[in-house]
Amino acid sequence: MNRYPIWIYAIVACAIALGFTYTLPNFFGESPAVQVSSIKATVKVDSDLLARVEAALKAANIVNQGTFLDSNSVKVRFADTDTQLKAKDVLSRSLNPVRDDPSYVVALNLLSSSPNWLTDIHALPMYLGLDLRGGVHFTLQVDMNAALTKRLENLTGDIRVELREKDLRYSGISRQGNAILLSFRDADTRAKSRKVLEDNQPDLIFTEQDLGPNELRLIATIKPEAIKRTQEFALKQNITTLQNRINELGVSEPVIQQEGADRVVVELPGVQDTAKAKEILGRTATLEIRMVDEANSNPTALLAAQQGQVPFGDELYTEPGGSPLLVKKQVVLTGDRITDAQPGFDGQTHEPAVNVTLDAPGARIFKDVTRENVGKRMAILLIERGKGEVVTAPVIRTEIGGGRVQISGRMTASEATDTALLLRAGSLAAPMEIIEERTVGPSLGADNIRKGFHSTLWGFTAIVVFMSMYYMLFGLISALALSSNLLLLVALLSLLQATLTLPGIAAIALTLGMSIDSNVLINERIREELRNGTSPQAAIHAGYERAFGTILDSNVTTLIAGLALLIFGSGPIRGFAVVFCLGIVTSIFSSVVISRAAVNLIYGSRRRLEKLAIGNTSWK
Amino acid sequence: MEFFKIRKDIPFMRHALVFNVISMITFLLAVFFLATRGLHYSIEFTGGTVIELAYDHSAEIQDIRNALEKGGYADASVQNFGSSRDVLVRLPLKVGQSSADLSKKVMDTLSAEDKGVQLRRVEFVGPQVGRELADNGALALVVVCLGIMAYLALRFEWRFAVAAIVANLHDVVIILGCFALFRWEFSLPVLAAVLAVLGYSVNESVVIADRVRENFRKMRRASVTQIIDNAITSTISRTIITHGCTQAMVLSMLLFGGAALHYFALALTIGIMFGIYSSVLVMAPIVKWLGVSRQQFILPPKKNKQEAVV
Repeated sequence: MNRYPIWIYAIVACAIALGFTYTLPNFFGESPAVQVSSIKATVKVDSDLLARVEAALKAANIVNQGTFLDSNSVKVRFADTDTQLKAKDVLSRSLNPVRDDPSYVVALNLLSSSPNWLTDIHALPMYLGLDLRGGVHFTLQVDMNAALTKRLENLTGDIRVELREKDLRYSGISRQGNAILLSFRDADTRAKSRKVLEDNQPDLIFTEQDLGPNELRLIATIKPEAIKRTQEFALKQNITTLQNRINELGVSEPVIQQEGADRVVVELPGVQDTAKAKEILGRTATLEIRMVDEANSNPTALLAAQQGQVPFGDELYTEPGGSPLLVKKQVVLTGDRITDAQPGFDGQTHEPAVNVTLDAPGARIFKDVTRENVGKRMAILLIERGKGEVVTAPVIRTEIGGGRVQISGRMTASEATDTALLLRAGSLAAPMEIIEERTVGPSLGADNIRKGFHSTLWGFTAIVVFMSMYYMLFGLISALALSSNLLLLVALLSLLQATLTLPGIAAIALTLGMSIDSNVLINERIREELRNGTSPQAAIHAGYERAFGTILDSNVTTLIAGLALLIFGSGPIRGFAVVFCLGIVTSIFSSVVISRAAVNLIYGSRRRLEKLAIGNTSWK
Repeated sequence: MEFFKIRKDIPFMRHALVFNVISMITFLLAVFFLATRGLHYSIEFTGGTVIELAYDHSAEIQDIRNALEKGGYADASVQNFGSSRDVLVRLPLKVGQSSADLSKKVMDTLSAEDKGVQLRRVEFVGPQVGRELADNGALALVVVCLGIMAYLALRFEWRFAVAAIVANLHDVVIILGCFALFRWEFSLPVLAAVLAVLGYSVNESVVIADRVRENFRKMRRASVTQIIDNAITSTISRTIITHGCTQAMVLSMLLFGGAALHYFALALTIGIMFGIYSSVLVMAPIVKWLGVSRQQFILPPKKNKQEAVV
């Protein structure tokens, strides 16, 4: 009666074998490596790159422990960190000959030192969270109102252009909340304008409002789905921008992902220079091209503006030279229209310059504006953290078509490079704010691993010693079940590559401490049956059978708590909950199936069983 | 080895009133401390910045405080944690101050005073996040309670579900009361520990409920009190041993886990200790008073026969 069919033994054996295989990589540790990946979409990572990397290392006499090519990077393993650092310098110099325009990211990384056959079957060490390996975690909140405001500004600009092209005269246009107000003097023009705009602006809904005989209004409000689209786009654009910026940092495995509707999580493992990371992430620069208010550019108006009397519709800025400048609030072009920006030199003056390429609508707008404003000045503003800075305010000499714009004027070569980088890396569609930050130094990470490991080890030892003393052979079997639970859990975590954090290690310890409950239940039940005079074989059978219902119920209730943590928890709680839930599942399997298999293997085939090694049960 | 050689059922139910008065008093005390002293929330809930520093020698807290005050951080709280070399600096949220450079500025201020300081960890939480975490935590607690109740009601009987939840929420309140009384820091891992304890100590109630059900079917002549007494007595060995083992693991975390796991392990320790008491001695009387009886557990015998025919 206590015999399992062969297939159950087979499943148990398979589970344990797989458990061993996938746990194995965790014992090999990690060795220092350098990872080379491409920044540009046009630059492919292929065997050519691998050959170049190998050649560069050979030329510099650096010995490596193996090179690997995977889908998007080349990785080289080294014996120690000194060689790793040397290799990184050599590689970044040889792969990126032009420092200002790198094609590859060369980053320090850690690579599992497990043998290749393990890596081939996707057996990797557990993926350690930032609190264990050190690094930076940011949660950034995207300012969606700002994204919407910007979209409305753009729409206002588009409406202006469209009405002007059709020669429809309006007496005023302004933005109010989420609506654009247009004023007309006669109903006919308003009707015509409405027709034109309705055809060209699918994102807007138009309503009419009469305030008086000469004050006819057309109110354009943005459609809800367009608002949603704008916000989604803003988030995507920001994530892309962050990706580009983080590539500059040279982080081996950055995580940049959306969280909720308006948040972005950035995790940079192993980054030590957090100030630099924050500086680069925090750069919220956007580029705006606006017109200088020529009508108010006389000294008296400028003086009045400096004293606080800025004309309506204008903003006061300071030119790089230091003189004041009144710039219209109305935006001609924003950084979204920029497709590329490269540092270079002005063809005539040989001054450092930035060559900017605009997309098609941007090029059209730029052409129109420059044609209409020859002889006037335009200002190029870099808006950073709500504050604008005039990069340059050149005079428009001729109409500029084709979307190629050169920005020059009192720039040093390195400033030109910085500006180009900032523009190319893309501007943020909406400003972002860091709302959560966690930085963990590498020494603390190592400390956390050690402490987590020790607490699990000693607790585990105490339980195993106690169980085998108290329940004898059955205690040893329980200990075996507990060990296989640990084995399976670690294997599962390695296989799923779930992030292991310190709360996760705590969850491993806790599930081990809790899962012993099942074995205690079983063993107590068997003892009780024996006391009541049941034969040993029947006692084993009844013990497992009766305990199973209880075990299932109690694990389900614990699992309910674990799942709630998983669903509602964030950050450290989620790390805990994942391991907790997985641990409950593996514990049911190991404490019921594996321990039963062991018991069956030992006792199942004995016909005449007088006594079970489960401790003293004869006192009754 | 055998610790529990109990030959007769222990009359737990005779003292039910005493137990319930004791738990009522502890419960009220816990509520009192929660109300008067309140929980000492970590910055995860309140928002703010925590900076963990490691000095290469014993750190003078007063010097660090003075240095920070000079640097314009008069509202910083500085304390040792773990060892005399480890220092925790807490800074409240300030309007208009970005997190981005705060930790750097603090580090600059401190390393100007003392070169031997090293940054171990920075944690900044903005005000938006804290609110959300508190809400989600409360929501998780509600969902866990409802989920467990629904499951127990389905598997056993609604009386067990109610009794188990009352008993275990009583544990949760007592843990929180302890955190309020001693001004221990209530952080996210502590919240996780509280919910884990909730799930765990329901196990006790499940084990006893299971036994009560079995006894109702087996002990045809016994009274409800006898049945409950027998159920508790025959599972007491398992209860103590399981809790002992889990407690050993948790104590090991408390001893070796360091500062990061300290409060987490502490919450579990309290929870597991009270868990034994409450699920056995609070839950059982409640079940009885709610009017549990044999009829609720006896399966209608006809059904089985019909199935056999089909």
